[in-house]
Amino acid sequence: MSERTTGEVVLAARNVAKSYGQVHALKGVNFDIHRGQVTTLFGENGAGKSTLMKILSGVIQPTTGQIVLDGQPVAFANANDARDRGISIIHQELSLAPNMSVRDNIFMGREIKGATGVDYAEEERQVRVLMEELEEEIDPLTPVEDLRLGQQQIVEIARALSVDSRILIMDEPTSALSASEVEVLFKVIRDLTARGVSIVYISHHLEEALTITDHAVVLRDGNMTAYAPRSEIDLDWIVRNMVGDNYDLGSPPETTVGNVALSIRNLSVPDMTGKDLVDGLNLDLRAGEIVCIYGLMGAGRTELLETVAGRLSASAGEIVLEGREISHLTIGDRIARGLALVPEDRQRDGLVQTMSVGQNLSLASIGRFTRGLFTSRRDERQLIDDSIRQVTVKTAGGHAPIGSLSGGNQQKVVIGKILATQPRVIMLDEPSRGIDIGAKAEVFRLLAEGARQGLAVIYSTSEVSECLSIAHRIIVMHKGRISAEFDSSVSKEKIMAASGESVAA
Amino acid sequence: MSATTATAPAKGRQMSIGRLLLEGRAFFALIAIIAVFSFLSPNYFTVGNFLIMSSQVAIFGILSVGMLLVILNGGIDLSVGSILALAGVCAGAMMQGVEIEALGVILYPPVWAVVVLTLCVGAAVGAVNGILVAFFKVPPFVATLGVMYVARGVALLMTNGLTYNNLRGSEALGNTGFSWLGFYRLGGVPISVIVLAVIAIAAGLMLQRSAFGRWLYASGGNERAAELSGVPVKRVKITVYVVSGMLAAVAGLVLASQLTSAGPTAGTTYELTAIAAVVIGGAALTGGRGNVRGTMLGAFVIGFLSAGLVIIGVSSYWQTVFTGAVIVLAVLMNSLQYGGGARKG
Repeated sequence: MSERTTGEVVLAARNVAKSYGQVHALKGVNFDIHRGQVTTLFGENGAGKSTLMKILSGVIQPTTGQIVLDGQPVAFANANDARDRGISIIHQELSLAPNMSVRDNIFMGREIKGATGVDYAEEERQVRVLMEELEEEIDPLTPVEDLRLGQQQIVEIARALSVDSRILIMDEPTSALSASEVEVLFKVIRDLTARGVSIVYISHHLEEALTITDHAVVLRDGNMTAYAPRSEIDLDWIVRNMVGDNYDLGSPPETTVGNVALSIRNLSVPDMTGKDLVDGLNLDLRAGEIVCIYGLMGAGRTELLETVAGRLSASAGEIVLEGREISHLTIGDRIARGLALVPEDRQRDGLVQTMSVGQNLSLASIGRFTRGLFTSRRDERQLIDDSIRQVTVKTAGGHAPIGSLSGGNQQKVVIGKILATQPRVIMLDEPSRGIDIGAKAEVFRLLAEGARQGLAVIYSTSEVSECLSIAHRIIVMHKGRISAEFDSSVSKEKIMAASGESVAA
Repeated sequence: MSATTATAPAKGRQMSIGRLLLEGRAFFALIAIIAVFSFLSPNYFTVGNFLIMSSQVAIFGILSVGMLLVILNGGIDLSVGSILALAGVCAGAMMQGVEIEALGVILYPPVWAVVVLTLCVGAAVGAVNGILVAFFKVPPFVATLGVMYVARGVALLMTNGLTYNNLRGSEALGNTGFSWLGFYRLGGVPISVIVLAVIAIAAGLMLQRSAFGRWLYASGGNERAAELSGVPVKRVKITVYVVSGMLAAVAGLVLASQLTSAGPTAGTTYELTAIAAVVIGGAALTGGRGNVRGTMLGAFVIGFLSAGLVIIGVSSYWQTVFTGAVIVLAVLMNSLQYGGGARKG
């Protein structure tokens, strides 16, 4: 990266604080955005990153403090007000209308008016130009629901680009993108900064963020703990400031590897059109063993795990749990036999938002505290308390609403729910998605601890560094098949090459 | 070790007066209604009047309990009013005697058999709803709307649009006792109110204390997550519609017994009153939130309000306006309670 550490400050936060009742999300933060440069905001979940970005983009107003735009103090009435002044934001959660086309989504709320209503042809032309710039083959008339998640994120980015912004805030823009799509996005970011656009970037993917940023700001507990230009920092510096502790995802634990716990034979899973998403796959998992499945989006990891769990049905093949064929069993029966899945999307598939932390934790093991017709409150409380302790959920107690927890703690609740069923095989689909390093390390420690006690663990990931942590064995999936299998001494490059990913030189 | 803090804006909230009023709104509304009408009419605040009002509320109350289960599941059941009519007509037909042409005899089943068979009819219609929704993925609104018309149509066909008037049975045929449900009292309390109380308590226990109750709340809150946690979501779904249909049949029996007649147009728009009671009771139409206590309060608010308006001589047109206003107000409060609730900061 070129050295661009100085530059005029276009937007700044001065002593900005935000409180929600008793909770102080931000405690007096100073933050500068320089013209034509990328400033990355690092911090764990709940550190206040998103709150700060929402304040800078006018979505919420600070409790105290000031926003300074081009040297003048300003107060944004709302997000539109900020957008009119050239500040736009790409939110972490996608905000697209799935039933509408790419074109209509990109121009939603600011349609181009022609002589006879909306000028669709002009809109379509502009979308094509944007997609060319993003090197993505998405037809402007495709409904958004037909796109895969990564492409939807591209649409979201295109929408922000279609407004000529001076300042563009990107909150986790790459969480669903493949490596090659991330490359393209970074190229676009470099083009934008060359044109004088300022970028604020937030990502949990630290290495990735380091390749693009000019400045690094670290938030912790609502305070700014460190600031430095790119030339003075490295990964260690960021992690040290983020968690104030050594960052280590662990190494493969010493375990007693037992008999084959789960055996997948010739498993094929078709999609709607009959194309195989999982294609004749074979895999054995032993008790006490930790296996990592690496692959790009669309490699078939999620389909494989969901089929084994019982959500999807296979077109061919066998799933054998501890010597018994289980393909015909319901999800509930599989859980009862000791096989359970921690799904990828915890909001959609993992948690019941209307229930408390405790009720979510006990949901999959209601049978364990049901006595005759009724549940035993005492036994349930016991189970919940044990779970909270086991997976170290930071919560006010079992009665707290699930929405009051940070992302990492919510993920621990989902894992705790599955562990409470006393499984012998646990599958986790992208267990680290959207959670911070501290929580990630704790999750991996939990899995390692489980394996030591004879649990068979299988988890999927799209971050290579997570393969090379606690896994004894690394399986690479590509187009529904196992393209390579490694032990824990393999290099990152080899894993990435086997996944069909282009390895940056 | 990690510095993560759970941002919990809703934790440690004070039980301010506003909060208390909001959470107990149905209860306070009921107290206010009783107070206002007692002030306006000396006839309102009497044991006799309360018992009469309660036996009227019983019909809606029984329907509301079934509706609550369906709404907790994230569905809606528009067919309960029609099932109520169909159940009444079926009971009426059986009381008049079932003619078996092949044998040339007319059967007069005893009352207990009439009750059991009628409940089976309700359950069967409910099962149709449940299967349409759970297995054929028909949206609940549409599925139960269709069944609403079909059930009403069948009831009209069975009677040719007429009403069965004589449900008392006769000693000679051994089928007396049908009026017991609607007229008898136990310790001064009408049987219908006792039936409602038993159903409400059973439903409350089931929701709060049984595994099924937990399954219902979970699958209403997030069906995908519940399914992956091993909850048999389809079975839960069918069960709630079956129970709702069965309770509609119970209400149909009680109503027919109270009126000693069964007509095919009984219970028209009752499903809407039941939905209103559930909503006033604080349940969310999106599923997963609500309880029996709230729904009972909702049913009594509607029943006591309209009865009060009758007693002080307000036109029935105004009753409709008032009831509507109460429903809108209730939904408004619901969105206040859930919209501003706990969110990740």
